[in-house]
Amino acid sequence: MKKRWYDYLWIAELIYMALGFFNILFAWLGMLFFCIPLIISLIWGTKGYCNRYCGRGQLFGLLGGRFGLSRKKDIPKWMKTKWFRYGFLIFFFLMFFLMLWNTYLVFAGVQDLGQAVTLLWTFKLPWHWAYHGTLFHPGVAQFAFGFYSVMLTSTILGLITMILFKPRSWCVCCPMGTMTQLICKAKSGKQ
Amino acid sequence: MGIRKKRRAAVNGDICVACGCCVKVCPLSAIQIRHGVRADVDPERCVGCGKCAKECPASVIEIQEVQG
Repeated sequence: MKKRWYDYLWIAELIYMALGFFNILFAWLGMLFFCIPLIISLIWGTKGYCNRYCGRGQLFGLLGGRFGLSRKKDIPKWMKTKWFRYGFLIFFFLMFFLMLWNTYLVFAGVQDLGQAVTLLWTFKLPWHWAYHGTLFHPGVAQFAFGFYSVMLTSTILGLITMILFKPRSWCVCCPMGTMTQLICKAKSGKQ
Repeated sequence: MGIRKKRRAAVNGDICVACGCCVKVCPLSAIQIRHGVRADVDPERCVGCGKCAKECPASVIEIQEVQG
């Protein structure tokens, strides 16, 4: 099948993850991966982002498929239930708002900037080498650390599910995918 | 000599996550994502090759034998 430009967006995903090792402020670019799927689903009522443009999905497909890093087994039934998918979405949302709260505390001057990336919402990894000061308020950097934590955590979870199950198993419980599907359902229900 | 039955992909729409992995691998463009909600098989085009079922991360596609 003929390759299109968007079939190479896995490179953008790799570059994004790599840039976070050098300067944490690049984490802000991740807002694109967050906003574009929502905009597509809200305006056109499709999951065009998941279907075509998701670089992360492409990366898992490549590593698990062509590079053979996946066991290619079915995911457990409980992982595809609505309970789990919606529960995971709510959990992700709560963690996201907690990250926003921490950012607010830095902006408000109540809390100092934490130069760490929190992995799996628990483990704080020192990440000071990727922070070289900023012209902006330290709160801007705090958001970058928090957002990169979310992105790195979901990439690691995606890699684990890729290895254990099928290459793109992450798509089944991806909070962005679940959220955009809910928007599409609401939009198609209205028509 | 027995007549070979036709095979066709069938999607369990209730648990389909509409990721579009099936669309990418279908050699006959016989599967589409409808309104971002679920995958939909075109029965006229599908020959039941099973590529979509193999690819589906949620394993919600089955290859079924059909009459005619």
